[in-house]
Amino acid sequence: MGVISRGFGSRRRESDPHLPPGQYLTEDFPVLSAGPTPAIDTADWSFTIVNETGDRTSWSWADMMAMPIDDIGTDIHCVTRWSKLGTHWRGVSLDHFFEKVKTSDAYTMVHSYGGYTTNVPLEDLLDGKAWIAFEFEGEPLDPEHGGPARLLVPHLYFWKSAKWVNGIRMHSNDDPGFWEQNGYNIYGDPWKEQRYW
Amino acid sequence: MAIVSDWSTGTVSGGEKITPTGRILRLDVPSWPGNLPGQHLDLRLTADDGYQAVRSYSIASYGPGTTVELAVDELPDGEVSPYLVEDVQPGDQLEVRGPIGNYFVWREQQTEPVQLIAGGSGIVPLVSIVRAHQASSSAAPFRMIYSVRAPEDAYYAAELDSYSGDRFSLEWVYTRTTPAGWARPAGRIDRAVIEASALPASDDPTVYVCGPTGFVEAVARILVDLGHDPGRVKTERFGGA
Repeated sequence: MGVISRGFGSRRRESDPHLPPGQYLTEDFPVLSAGPTPAIDTADWSFTIVNETGDRTSWSWADMMAMPIDDIGTDIHCVTRWSKLGTHWRGVSLDHFFEKVKTSDAYTMVHSYGGYTTNVPLEDLLDGKAWIAFEFEGEPLDPEHGGPARLLVPHLYFWKSAKWVNGIRMHSNDDPGFWEQNGYNIYGDPWKEQRYW
Repeated sequence: MAIVSDWSTGTVSGGEKITPTGRILRLDVPSWPGNLPGQHLDLRLTADDGYQAVRSYSIASYGPGTTVELAVDELPDGEVSPYLVEDVQPGDQLEVRGPIGNYFVWREQQTEPVQLIAGGSGIVPLVSIVRAHQASSSAAPFRMIYSVRAPEDAYYAAELDSYSGDRFSLEWVYTRTTPAGWARPAGRIDRAVIEASALPASDDPTVYVCGPTGFVEAVARILVDLGHDPGRVKTERFGGA
């Protein structure tokens, strides 16, 4: 227990067992990005996985729409301490993309339009744990929330769920991405409060 | 600046209400390692039954030293900000962790021109950047556009105005109420204001934009439309609870 702040606590919020430690509940949907929101038309969108030999596998928007689409109900947790519970998304599981990719690398660097990057171990993207998401609460994903498509990795802090995602490059090491180089944890498990270095 | 340390105890050493909803708070944190201009910290409050709440706040002070200055805007339905603005008194204790963030920062070694654009309490990290620039020998030109609802809502108004000179200029934008005799009618920051007052894209400035989400989205979009390299436009948005 920390030092007591005299008189604090009268305005406390309800606690909820679905909230990881240090998180608070929010009903709105804060926007956090390091730069301007890119404008990407679905006609121009593509998603490319590059493996360790340089082989590229690409999907257009139409390719993705032809893949099996999941309805996802999940909680999301931002390192800046807000959480939203029971959000609804639609997207394509990364399992389907990786069916076509040969790799023995254990790590990925996720890339976005606008230059953002974030590193995620491959096993955290597979087995139904991650999606390329393009709908939120029944609507196309807003550009400021990463539309037309973002990565969705709800079991990690949300900076891992790269907005405006356009590709993944396989890495043999767990190299840090953008925020990981700028002070955030290399992995980012909300339940272990892995926020910073 | 590397590892974020564990929680440190801070003691409120001073505070004054400077806008109808905002207060400057100074904390004495003996173990504070210093911070870069533009960084933020986590602040933790603990109630007497052990209940805790943590929020992030930008830091208005910079550099070495163990006094940390924050400016907190009260959110009407907030949990932490009303306590910091209305309740906490000099001598009270709280905890901080940081500094955090190595991206939305300015370093004295940067020589390029800098454009700062703030909305409301988004001024706080930009104040630390301006203070650092003023105290440095940097010849880099700095310009700021500061959007507030009304003159009384501005943080650090007199201090910022006092910096106006060869290296720094400040353009005010009032969205609801202007000072008497103000030439431009009240209204949101728009393309015309940015074209007239901000450093042009051809100067290749680094641009720091901080404010509420809608404000930052609008300003960043205009900057990109005006030809600014998106990679040179650093943004910090706030919103939510």
